[in-house]
Amino acid sequence: MGLLSDPVRRRALARLVLRLNAPLCLLSYVAGIAWFLALAFPPLTQRTYMSENAMGSTMVEEQFVGGERARVFARDFAAYRRKSGALPVAWLERTMRSVGLEVYTQSFSRKLPFPDETHERYMVSGTNVYGILRALRAASTESLVLTVPCGPDSTNSQAVGLLLALAAHFRGQIYWAKDIIFLVTEHDLLGTEAWLEAYHDVNVTGMQSSFLQGRAGAIQAAVALELSSDVVTSLDVIVEGLNGQLPNLDLLNLFQTFCQKGGLLCTLQGKLQPQDWTSLDGPLQGLQTLLLMVLRQASGRSHGPHGLFLRYGVEALTLRGINSFRQYKYDLVAVGKALEGMFRKLNHLLERLHQSFFFYLLPALSRFVSIGLYMPAAGFLLLVLGLKALELWMQLHEAGVGPEEGGGSPGPSSSLLSAQGVGLASLVAPLLISQAVGLALYILPVLGQHVATQHFPVSESEAVVLTLLAIYAAGLALPHNTHRVVTTQAPDRGWMALKLVALIYLALQLGCITLTNFSLGFLLAATMVPAAVLTKPHGPRPLYAALLVLTSPAAVLLGSLFLWRELQEMPLSLAEGWQLFLSALAQGVLEHHTYGALLFPLLALGLYPCWLLFWNVLFWK
Amino acid sequence: MVAARPLALLVLLLLGPVGQAEHPRDSFREELVVTPLPSGDVAATFQFRTRWDTELQREGDTDHYFLRYAVLPREVVCTENLTPWKKLLPCSSKAGLSVLLKADRLFHTSYHSQAVHIRPICRNAHCTSISWELRQTLSVVFDAFVTGQGKKDWSLFRMFSRTLTEPCPLASESRVYVDITSYSQDNKTLEVNPPPTTTYQDVILGTQKTYAVYDLLNTAMINNSRNLNLQLKWKRPPENETPPVPFLHAQRYVSGYGLQKGELSTLLYNTHPYRAFPVLLLDTVPWYLRLYVHTLTITSKGKENKPSEELSRKPDPPRSLCYIHYQPAQDRRQPHLLEMLIQLPAHSVTKVSIQFERALLKWTEYTPDPNHGFYVSPSVLSALVPSLVAAKQVDWEGSPLFNTLFPVSDGSSHFIRLYTEPLLVNLPTPDFSMPYNVICLTCTVVAVCYGSFYNLLTRTFHIEEPSTGGLAKRLANLIRRARGVPPL
Repeated sequence: MGLLSDPVRRRALARLVLRLNAPLCLLSYVAGIAWFLALAFPPLTQRTYMSENAMGSTMVEEQFVGGERARVFARDFAAYRRKSGALPVAWLERTMRSVGLEVYTQSFSRKLPFPDETHERYMVSGTNVYGILRALRAASTESLVLTVPCGPDSTNSQAVGLLLALAAHFRGQIYWAKDIIFLVTEHDLLGTEAWLEAYHDVNVTGMQSSFLQGRAGAIQAAVALELSSDVVTSLDVIVEGLNGQLPNLDLLNLFQTFCQKGGLLCTLQGKLQPQDWTSLDGPLQGLQTLLLMVLRQASGRSHGPHGLFLRYGVEALTLRGINSFRQYKYDLVAVGKALEGMFRKLNHLLERLHQSFFFYLLPALSRFVSIGLYMPAAGFLLLVLGLKALELWMQLHEAGVGPEEGGGSPGPSSSLLSAQGVGLASLVAPLLISQAVGLALYILPVLGQHVATQHFPVSESEAVVLTLLAIYAAGLALPHNTHRVVTTQAPDRGWMALKLVALIYLALQLGCITLTNFSLGFLLAATMVPAAVLTKPHGPRPLYAALLVLTSPAAVLLGSLFLWRELQEMPLSLAEGWQLFLSALAQGVLEHHTYGALLFPLLALGLYPCWLLFWNVLFWK
Repeated sequence: MVAARPLALLVLLLLGPVGQAEHPRDSFREELVVTPLPSGDVAATFQFRTRWDTELQREGDTDHYFLRYAVLPREVVCTENLTPWKKLLPCSSKAGLSVLLKADRLFHTSYHSQAVHIRPICRNAHCTSISWELRQTLSVVFDAFVTGQGKKDWSLFRMFSRTLTEPCPLASESRVYVDITSYSQDNKTLEVNPPPTTTYQDVILGTQKTYAVYDLLNTAMINNSRNLNLQLKWKRPPENETPPVPFLHAQRYVSGYGLQKGELSTLLYNTHPYRAFPVLLLDTVPWYLRLYVHTLTITSKGKENKPSEELSRKPDPPRSLCYIHYQPAQDRRQPHLLEMLIQLPAHSVTKVSIQFERALLKWTEYTPDPNHGFYVSPSVLSALVPSLVAAKQVDWEGSPLFNTLFPVSDGSSHFIRLYTEPLLVNLPTPDFSMPYNVICLTCTVVAVCYGSFYNLLTRTFHIEEPSTGGLAKRLANLIRRARGVPPL
């Protein structure tokens, strides 16, 4: 503190920051990126371990043998489903009752804001069926959930079959201490959301649903199952939930324990885990998995029905059976045994899962990076913004103070004050205009879809996406509108003040995002920071403009899509990429309205206006 | 099917005249009621009544200030609940019906409820002397799926792995009742073995019931085969018909998510087709759920069930809500007490909901398993439920014990007390581990640093040149130096 309060040393320090600013910024940025890439390497990745005592030491013996029964259930379900064309509610009710469950149904309906072209739905109405297995000597205060989402076609019938066979097996056991809810939802995640909202008696997304008759206390954990074949070669586990929320790491550890015990082949992000971490190959493969996880988490989508449970404080994950060309296959008994083991261990829980990590990155199924180790990567990137802002602040300060120190001209303080006042006043217009464009981007596409469809030959969904792009591009015309409004006396001070505000605004936003969803924060920081720091109204302007456009939120989304498919070893062509980009935009808006995903409002109301400020700086006159 | 409920031990000391008839002194009665349920499960209820004379101190009148209500929302059911309870029986578990109380069977059931009631009873009409009555009840429901391997036939041996061999020598009455109501008209559906010698008919909970009676004191009953193993066989198993719904049932849950706010909702179902009846709802809520009483809403059939509206329209009863009593909580001393009389319209669902905020406890007040959640005790519903069949007034002493469990006030309705399920509520819980300490420490350091940094950032520094000052000041300093005072 003494160093900073001594004016002489303080000035020396300030000069140091000013002179070494560019190298410091570069160093910090490179350090951030390097730190992130190093996360996949052993000193930073650790082996996962079970923290929860109740699930750790005791072992259970799986006795599930109902593979044949599951296949019969699955065949019947698929047949009834084909016949009725919708979820065979009556058959499900009858079957669940026959295996001894307490059965209830819930009907729901939802009108989407605009037609969903990927899933081909607009006015959705469906029925969820769930059966409760009451634990014998417990008071229905706690429960576990096994859920199977059913889409429009007859996929997932094997999952329904396995669910029913497991229910029949579980019903005969006397050791249950928590109720188990077997839930079959219609319309994928919409059904799950409707059921969850009704169970917690809240209305988050404007879903109309009937009232739930049966409840089973506080849900402790949930497992979602997706299976579309009688045999599987591997089980893929999905952890990323809505808005980048993750389940407690112990739940994943539990799954991994039973993978190992049953000799199942388990994958994460569709990738097997590398065996050898000592050579370079293992960590490189880990890095690939890690990047895939970061991209998925950053998307803020719920990548399985489990993601919706996380909002309600229920730890959950999705298991997806994969049937590929591999030689060795597992039947439903192996999958059933893994699930039985997981449920028996969850049944042992005394407290809800809380011992292990809630924030982590996974380079492999058995390796993780904890929050303390990955946060510095984002910290270094945000430091760049801080350094640049500090430089600008000092330059602004010196521009005001400079003449006073040099020449000692009369009345410098009054001119400084007035200059600052004008500088701040000149910022109001760009700030307001960019925020207004953001607001328009958020509201207009959905609001104006009907007007657009009347005047142009497009469908509603196309109208929304095209309006989005139009408003987004129209925002780029902003500087030509504002510089007429703004009257600046000191030309340099104006843009510097604007850039200072924009830098602080960006740093604040990215900091907040990083705390809740590291992946999104890091991805945005890694792309937006260099352009934001470099932008100024003189120098190679076309270069800066190109850089800015390439790192704008929409371009980042497009780039992420290409990177995503590249990492999955399914490269996209340009045209495919563009199509995927358009559908991703529509999905983003839909997810916000149907499930409450926050990525779209965040980009439209926060980051896009902030990015426009930098655009404004670039074209400052 | 009923879920097992935690055993709520409620000792109610009602000081006042209860019965008027002359009773035999120091008597013991026991009985077992077996009821096959429509779901295929079997319910068995034991009743033991001991009555003895004593000269305990007693007050003249019922003083409601001495009435206490306490509840333990969570009780893990285990054999330790059963052993001391069995020791209160005169024959312990050596003879009589109590030989059936075998712990390993009783605790493999899907419902278990065990109670002790003790109360004074007037010995004569003027109540000059009193007897004390100790009544012990135990109800269990055997799950047809788990214990019966899917079969719905049952026998005493299959349920309890024991048979009855001899009555308790101290018992003045020892009987087994088997509910054969719905099958008595048509004997082809089921068969009871051995065939009953007598049957008993009565109105229980508003419906006509028929019971087969087996008296253990009747020596012929045991002597035939040295033991009595009651068996029930279904000739035509009941179809999966929907079980009849009781006129009054209730459900309770916590709504909302997150750790700040929540809502306690109680659903009261009146399934009676045309009769409305009032229900007394008693809620005790721990102090760490801070209730917002202004959010208390009672809705039936989509309309608000408000006293004022109904009162303005109709000055006479039936009023919707004519009694409400609220006693606010005191932190760490007393829970909220909310008592309401609510009119349930016919064939309706009434929702009573009240919002709450979760309080932060002091860190020493958390239980050893804070992440398990905190229990909120069940609501208690008391109601006079209208009956379908009018009951006749009976002689209490002559009728079976189970009959007196459901007192009938005027023949057209019967009294029911219901407990809803307990709730598990999560409170905001700090992470009681190493990271928690680290966070505390880091926050302290940051807070200290913040002050200094803020100070630096908001202050501007100017270098003050050491000036020599004017003539007057120099003179003053000279004088001050001469006086030995520090200079200006």
